[in-house]
Formats: sequence, structure tokens, C-alpha cells
Amino acid sequence: MFRTALRNVFAHKARLLMTALAVMLGVAFVAGTLVFSDTVGEAVKNASAKNLKDVAVSVRAVDVGNPGPPEDGKRSTALNDALAHRIGGLPGVSAVRADVSGRATLADKDNQPIGDSWQNRAANYQPGKDGKDSRYPLVKGRGPADGGEIALAEGTAKAAGYRIGDTVRFAVDGPVQTKKLVGIVSTDDPQVTAGGSLALLDTATAQKLYLHPGQYDELVVAAEPGTDQQALTGKIRTLLPKDRAEAISGAQLAADQARMIADQNKALSQTLLTFAGIALFVGIFIIANTFTMLISQRSREIALLRAVGASRRQVVRSVLAEAGLLGLVSSVVGFALGTGIAVGLRAVLNANGAGFPGGPVIITPATVGVALAVGVVVTVLAAWLPSRRAAKIAPVEALNTVEAPPAPRGLVIRNSLGVVIGGLGVAIMCYASTLTSSEDMPVAMAGGVLTITGAVILAPLLSRPLVSLAGLVTVRLFGIGGKLAKENALRNPRRTAATSSALMIGLVLITGMTVLGSSVQQAMDAQISRGLTADYKVATTNFAGLDPAASRKVAQLPGVDQMVPLRTTGFQAADGFSDVTGTDLTRIGKVVRLSFTSGSFTALQDLGPRGIAVSQSTAKGQGWHTGDTLTATFDEDKPKARLKIAGVYEDNTIVGGALATTSLVDRYLVTQKNDQLLVKAKGGTSQTLERQIRHTLGDSPLLKVQDHDALRKEQSGPIEMLVNMVYGLLGMSVVIAIVGVVNTLAMSVFERTREIGMLRAIGLSRGGIKRMVRLESVVISLFGAVLGIAVGIFLSWSVGSIMSNGLPAYALKLPWDRLGLFVLLALIVGILAALWPARRAARLNMLEAIGAQ
Amino acid sequence: MSFAAAPTPARTTAAVAARATDLSKVYGRNETRVVALDSVSVEFGKGRFTAIMGPSGSGKSTLMHCMAGLDSVSSGSARIGDAELASLNDKQLTRLRRDRIGFVFQAFNLLPTLTAEENITLPMDIAGRKPDREWLHNVIETVGLSGRLGHRPAQLSGGQQQRVAVARALAARPEIIFADEPTGNLDSRSGAEVLGFLRESVRAMGQTVVMVTHDPVAASYADRVVFLADGRIVEELYEPTADSVLDRMRMFDSKGRTS
Repeated sequence: MFRTALRNVFAHKARLLMTALAVMLGVAFVAGTLVFSDTVGEAVKNASAKNLKDVAVSVRAVDVGNPGPPEDGKRSTALNDALAHRIGGLPGVSAVRADVSGRATLADKDNQPIGDSWQNRAANYQPGKDGKDSRYPLVKGRGPADGGEIALAEGTAKAAGYRIGDTVRFAVDGPVQTKKLVGIVSTDDPQVTAGGSLALLDTATAQKLYLHPGQYDELVVAAEPGTDQQALTGKIRTLLPKDRAEAISGAQLAADQARMIADQNKALSQTLLTFAGIALFVGIFIIANTFTMLISQRSREIALLRAVGASRRQVVRSVLAEAGLLGLVSSVVGFALGTGIAVGLRAVLNANGAGFPGGPVIITPATVGVALAVGVVVTVLAAWLPSRRAAKIAPVEALNTVEAPPAPRGLVIRNSLGVVIGGLGVAIMCYASTLTSSEDMPVAMAGGVLTITGAVILAPLLSRPLVSLAGLVTVRLFGIGGKLAKENALRNPRRTAATSSALMIGLVLITGMTVLGSSVQQAMDAQISRGLTADYKVATTNFAGLDPAASRKVAQLPGVDQMVPLRTTGFQAADGFSDVTGTDLTRIGKVVRLSFTSGSFTALQDLGPRGIAVSQSTAKGQGWHTGDTLTATFDEDKPKARLKIAGVYEDNTIVGGALATTSLVDRYLVTQKNDQLLVKAKGGTSQTLERQIRHTLGDSPLLKVQDHDALRKEQSGPIEMLVNMVYGLLGMSVVIAIVGVVNTLAMSVFERTREIGMLRAIGLSRGGIKRMVRLESVVISLFGAVLGIAVGIFLSWSVGSIMSNGLPAYALKLPWDRLGLFVLLALIVGILAALWPARRAARLNMLEAIGAQ
Repeated sequence: MSFAAAPTPARTTAAVAARATDLSKVYGRNETRVVALDSVSVEFGKGRFTAIMGPSGSGKSTLMHCMAGLDSVSSGSARIGDAELASLNDKQLTRLRRDRIGFVFQAFNLLPTLTAEENITLPMDIAGRKPDREWLHNVIETVGLSGRLGHRPAQLSGGQQQRVAVARALAARPEIIFADEPTGNLDSRSGAEVLGFLRESVRAMGQTVVMVTHDPVAASYADRVVFLADGRIVEELYEPTADSVLDRMRMFDSKGRTS
């Protein structure tokens, strides 16, 4: 029987190609994900291992509150030259590096910050005996030698457009600083290569900027070969001041880093694998469809096998063997394709500045095993039901000379099952629409899966009314061709349903994401325009804060009507934590619009430093109510404050979890800096005013001066990016869906050879045949699209109240332009998918077609 | 069984509906070369019922296919009325088949998705023409399908399906109907019914019918029988009966054996 299976695979290679393609794409997705994450993970691990190669022990300062003199706002550590010297004197220690590190945001030529602010590293350059720092090999120039000089990493200088001799502009936390670029170094620090930047200063300057003179953040101890790391770490520990520094062995550091990288990788690959899973799930429908069609075409052949003595089990086994073989071959090809995708993906992402380190492509046996197993199992699973159908073919069918159309199987069981599952899903989603906590998301997820499953099961039932409806249009527009197309699409509801299901599932997810994205975006926009009446919000990218004196100068600018500074801290009260914004309560009303749901703003003003107002989500999250008195801990070292809740306001993007007067918040701030300034202009926003504000505040690249538009963009950016990413990933399932439609049409054309021949004979032109196939394809695709969009809208509607948690302005917004685009896309999918089958149908040899059995 | 409101038959005129002149059809080349039709010249008179007979492989189906514009011609000429088929391209041929020819096939070849009535009007629907309601009614009445117009082919017996096919061929009032073994898949009673309709359409309406068959009884319904063997016309017989046809067939069967 195995030989039969083998022969069948080869005999139907053209028809199986499409099925193979579906498996191939799914497996490629899985393999690509696994290979990519292995390769990048290994490369990052290697890079960090290389970085840690010379580290035997790392001694780090431990931050305990703010132990140093707080008035200048700089960190203070217990690591100094004396300690470094003592450690250097231990036996086995070959060298001690004393590192200062901080953040420095560089401005490019246009004064725009480069890199992600959290990965903009600054460090001290430590020349050895030869005058060079071995950790940062020089590519060009020399190391910084005094307070006026700076060196940059190669990529950083390139990104900012600086050359040796240029004046580099950067900011640490205050106004912009300038230094002369004297050297360019290379580094393989993964933080820097992955989109960050690196600036090197001489040690004294770095200490002055980030710490206090003579202090360090880290002492990196190198050991002579053969020294026991563990023992050395222990010895160093005895030298450290209690609670103010810790020693970690190099091995431990490497292990920690490896674990962190693995965790990051896991999150990424799990996301990708989810989408690979969706692609494969969609593929199952196509595979099942193909095998169902193949078996009905081969029914006489199978009956003959049964007649000459093959058992049912043998028939099943032969079909499954065929599926397994197909799955294996497609998986192998898919695996190769996936490896290519992984390699290409790294190149593409790096070309866009992702900065993944280079390294060999890692293909583990586990990856190979998983990818192949997934492909084979999915294919065999999908062929299982059709194989059982094959087993039911009676031997006597081999003897029938006249081709009897297979008796239509009832849909009663299927429909009942669909109504139960779909009904359950819809009921859960309706229940979910009354839930408000984001912790209830799993309930909605379960309901969503059930609803989609129900829709898939009920698709044959739904296909009749929906396709008939579409038929009204096609008949009107295309006459008999439209009618034939409609009838063909209705002919086998199971097949039509399975074909369009692939597209449906993709579109449910795409629509859901789109609707949620646009609703959230709209809510955020509304919140900004509703909550903020100021024209500008000024802040810094690294949350370093703005100098109060400079802020006051902003208030004096001629174009400025109001300038209200905001300061933020956090407090702990009984069972919860909240951030609190301190501001001038007499003027905040001029730049922010707060709507109180209980209590009032005047109550807050009356209470002064003894009062606080909280946002709705804080109140709900912590169980606080207007009139409650909280015992708030702002700082362990300072006395607690008793605060009365004066009111609860609707969530506001500017004022966070709680609001109080500045005089309360100021008591607990380490540095009296403004976190945000809200500026109301006299004559609206203008470029000049924006420039003046920047200039007054020192022209630092850290400055963010944002008007409403910029705020909106900043908030919607990540959503947009997420939605686009999902589009990209679900694109794969749409491609598989196209493959499915092509497949079904090609098989249908093959099955209807005789009909097509007759139509040609009695006078339907080649063009007419093509149009008929194309319309059928469009009708099937549109059916899938409409069903998918409808379910997608339903699902996004029902999670609305969960989404509105923390977004009071949330309302369902249907982006009709995008939804219309999806329908149009489905139309195009239909037309594209029909290209080849339609050509085949039009080219059928009429005489053979008429005579074909 | 009669057609009401039939146009005046024109049986006596010598007008020709279709004509083959030195028609040859060759398949393959060199060693695999097969001559299916070898310089066949034949005329099919307007308003006549002609049967083409011959053993399998004689070229009778090929002759029909070439005459009906379903297959191309290797050399010579095939005409429907004044149209020379060899000079028409695929589009023109399609239109010719649609507007001027009707077909009845051995395997009925109905569309399973359409009702009986929709199948009958299919050629006119393809052409985008409105069927002549009165005539349609007439045809449907005559073939006895009135009660079954809403049925799909799967709900009809073989005989009923072939009656639908005959009605489809007649409904558009084509210049000529080609029937390819129309009784091949039918029992003798249903076959006789179908042949009766074809016969009657010729008699009462002046319809031209060309039928390929190997059944002497079927051929006996025709006005004239043309016998083919090895791609050539070997005999003709007018006003045949089943017996006379059978006699002829036996005759060249023995000829074939002795030659």
C-alpha cells in the first residue's frame, strides 16, 4: 500500500503542489523563527561573552537610597581609588579597571538626539601604559585626554555625522555640552551595537559629570591565568564596605547575561511562533480540502483497491502515508526556505539599524526535528478525516459505469456543533463586554477562540445566504457567467467554506487588531485634546528634569501666556503605590482640563498640602474613595504624610495617577527639578516659539517640546507599529489563503472538465469561461472576507469595555476606509488566485473535455 | 407528439445547410500519423435528418466535430451555410456554435447546478438573448417537461435529462443540430422518445439535424444515412429502415473482411 501512496504523490504532483506550498510556508515560518532566534541569541551571547572575557570579578556600587550629599543631585559611590588599589594588591589580580558610566545623549548635526535614550552610554577612557585603552581599540585619532575632549564609537559617530575635529554636542541631564571629537573607537558591547551609542570621556570629566571626584561605578578585576574566580571573589568581598558594594564573579555575570538574553529571545520567538501557528492552522483547512477532493476524484480507484481485497485500514493507511510523505517533502523544502528567511531577516533588520551582531547560522537538531515534525503531523492530521471518508467507499462503486455524483452529506451534525460552540463563544463575548478589568482578558480570549471556531464550523451553512447575496450582484453585472459562478460556489458548501475559512481567520485577526488599534488611538487623541488645554508639553527624553530657573525664563518669553511646571514623585499607602504629580493648583486649571467624577477641585485647593486627588483608575485599582485618608510614605527616611482624598478625576494623560500641590511633592524630591512644563502660547503654536523655548532651556537634544500633534503621534506611534507588525505577520496566513483558493479552483476546474467542455461547445467563449472561474474565486474570497470582518468587528466590540479600562474616552471606532480596503484586497486576492485556474479552464481541449469521464 | 405553430417545412428544396468538400483530418505525424478523414465531400440538406454511421474508428465522430466547428480541419473545406469554418478564429467559431448550431451529446452534458429550464435557455443566456417565450413553451410542451422545469438534472432520469438536452438544442432555433450518439446512454424506450422528437422537429419545423450513431434503429429515423469507413464515405441510403441499414452494414462488414 505504501507503494500506492508513493505513486499517488507523484501522479498528482501538480495538484499536490499547492498543498505542499501551504505546508511549506507554515514550516518555513516555524523554522525561520527558530533558526533566527537561535542564531541571534548565540551571536548576542558570544558578543557578551567576549565582552566579559577579561572579567574575573566585577565590583559594583550598591545604591542604598541617596547616601551621598543630595544637594548636587549626583550619585555617590563607595568605590574609589583606594579600594581599587587594595583590590589590585590581592594575589592573582592582574589588573583593575575603574569604570565610570552614565548616559549621554548625543545630538546630530540637526540637534536631534540619536539612538534610544536608554542605551546611550557614556564611560571613562582609561589609557594603559601605552596610552591606549585596550577595552576600546582606537580606529582613528586618540583617546580623550582632558575635559574638552571626547571619543565616540564608530557607529555612533557615523550615525550623528561627526568627524575627528568636529565639536560634539551632547546632554547628560541639563543643558547641552560641547566637546571636541578626538578619537573613534570600536566596541562590541551589544548594548551599543543594538541601536545604542557610546561616548568616552577622560576619567576626571566622567566623574565630574556622573559621580563625585575619585569615585567609580564599577571596578572590573582581571585575574592572572589559573586563579580561582570563586576564591578571588570571596577575598574581594572582605575588602568591600558593608552594603555599599557587591562583588560578582565573571562566570556569574556571564550566566546572568545569558539567562537575560534567553528570556528576551523567548518572548520574541513565542510571538513569532504564535503567528506561525496561525499560518499552520490556516494551512490545515487547505490540506484537508485537497485530500477531500483527491479522494472524491479517486473514489473509483479506491473502490477497485477495496474490490481486489484491500482492507479499510489499508486504505486509510495509504492516504495517511501519502499525506505523511507530502508533509515530509514540503517540510524539508520549507525548512530550507525558513533558514533562508532567518538569514535574510537579520540582514534586513540590520540594514534598518537593528544592530544584531554577526555570527554563524545556528541550526540545532531540535529545530530540524520540530520543524519536520510539525509539518508532517499537521499534514497527516489534516488528511485524517478525508482518509476516513476514503475508507467508507464501497467496493461496488468500482463497478458503476455511470459516474454518480456523491450523495450530499448532511450538515445537520456540523451545524448543531457549530451553533453550540459559536453560541457559547458569542455568549462569552457578550459577557466579556460587561467586564472592565484587563485581568479578564483570558475570558475574552477563550470566547474569541470559540467564536472563531464556531464561525469556521458554521461557514458552510452561512455560505448559502451570503453567496446567494453576492450572486445577486454577479448575476446582475455578469449575466449567465455570474450565475454559473454563484451556483458553482454554492455547489459544495463544505469546500467553499474550507477555502474561505483560511482567509476568514486571517481577516478576523487583522480586522480585530485594526479596529482595536484605531479605537485606542482615537481614545488617546481625544484624551489629549480633551485633557490638555496647553499648547506645548515640554519634557526631557531621559526624565532628567528641567532646571527651575530656566523654566521660569520660559514663562517670561513674549509669546507665552501660561507656564505651569509639573513635578512627579511616587508614594506608598497601605496597600498600594501611586505616582503623584505636584503642581501649582491655582494655575493648573488653565493648562489642563480635569473632570471630577466625585469630590471637587476646590476641595483639593482648600486642603493644600494635606490633600490629594486621584485618577479613576488609581481609585479603582487601589480601592480608594473620596474622603478616605491615606497614610502615605514618600521616602523611607522621611515622616509619613496623612492625606485626605479630595476627589477622583477621569484619567488624564498629563496628570497621572494622583494630583497634589507642589509644596507637598517638593518635600520629598531629591532634586527640585521640573519634570514637565505645560506652556500655553498667546497666539497659538509657532515654530519661532518652539525654538525660543528650546533655546531658553539650553538647546539640549534631550528636550522634547511637543504640541498636540506631536503628542498624538508619540502615543499612536507604538500602536501603529504594533498593528503594522501584526499585518506583516498575518500576511503569511493571507498568502496561504491565496494558495488555498488557487488549489480549490484548480481542482474544481479539473472536476468540471466535462461541463466546461460542453459550455465551450454550446458557445461560451474562452473569455466567458475565464470570467466564470474568476467570479467564483471572487465570490469565495469575498465570502471569507465579509465573514472574517464581521467576526473581527464583533470580537473587537465585545472587548471594548476591557480596553476602556484606563482609557475613559474609549469608544468603538470602525475605520471604514481600512475595512473597505480589506474587502478590496479580498477582491484582488480572488482575481489573483483565479489567474492560473481560469487559464487552465479556458484552455481545456473541448473534444477531450466532452468525452472525459 | 407534434409541434404546433410550426413554420412551413421546406423539405423539397435542395438548399444545403452544411457542406464538406475534400475534407481531411490528420492526427499526428510520421509514424504516428493517422488519417481520420480522407477527402470527404458531403452535403447536409436543409430541413433534413441525416444520420452518419460507421464502425468505431471510421471517422464519423471526427466528421461531426469538424462540421460543428469543434475541431480544426487539416485540409479541404467545411461550411455551415455560407460560413467557411477554416477561415474563422476561435472567437468567431464560438459565436457560430452559439448562434447557429445546437448540440445533443451522448452523456447529456447538462449543468448540474442549473434547473432544467435554465439548462434549456443556457445557449441564449450565454448569447445574452431573450428566449422567445411562446416558442420555448412550445418546445417544452412537446418534449413533455412542463412539470419538471424546476428540477435539477440529478433529480431527472436519463431519458428526461436527454429530453432537456434536446429542448436546449431546439430552443434557440439553430440552423443545424448535431447529435452525437444521443441514445447511447438510454434504454430503448427513452431512446425512441428522443429520436421521435428529433424526427418531429425536422418534419414539423424544418429543423436540420445531423446525428452520429452506430445503432441501425436510431439511423432508421433519418431521411438519409451516410456510411463512413476508414475516413471515407462508402455508401448512402435514403429513406432507411432499420433492416435496410442493417443489411448495408453487414455488406461492408463482409467487404471489409474480404478486402
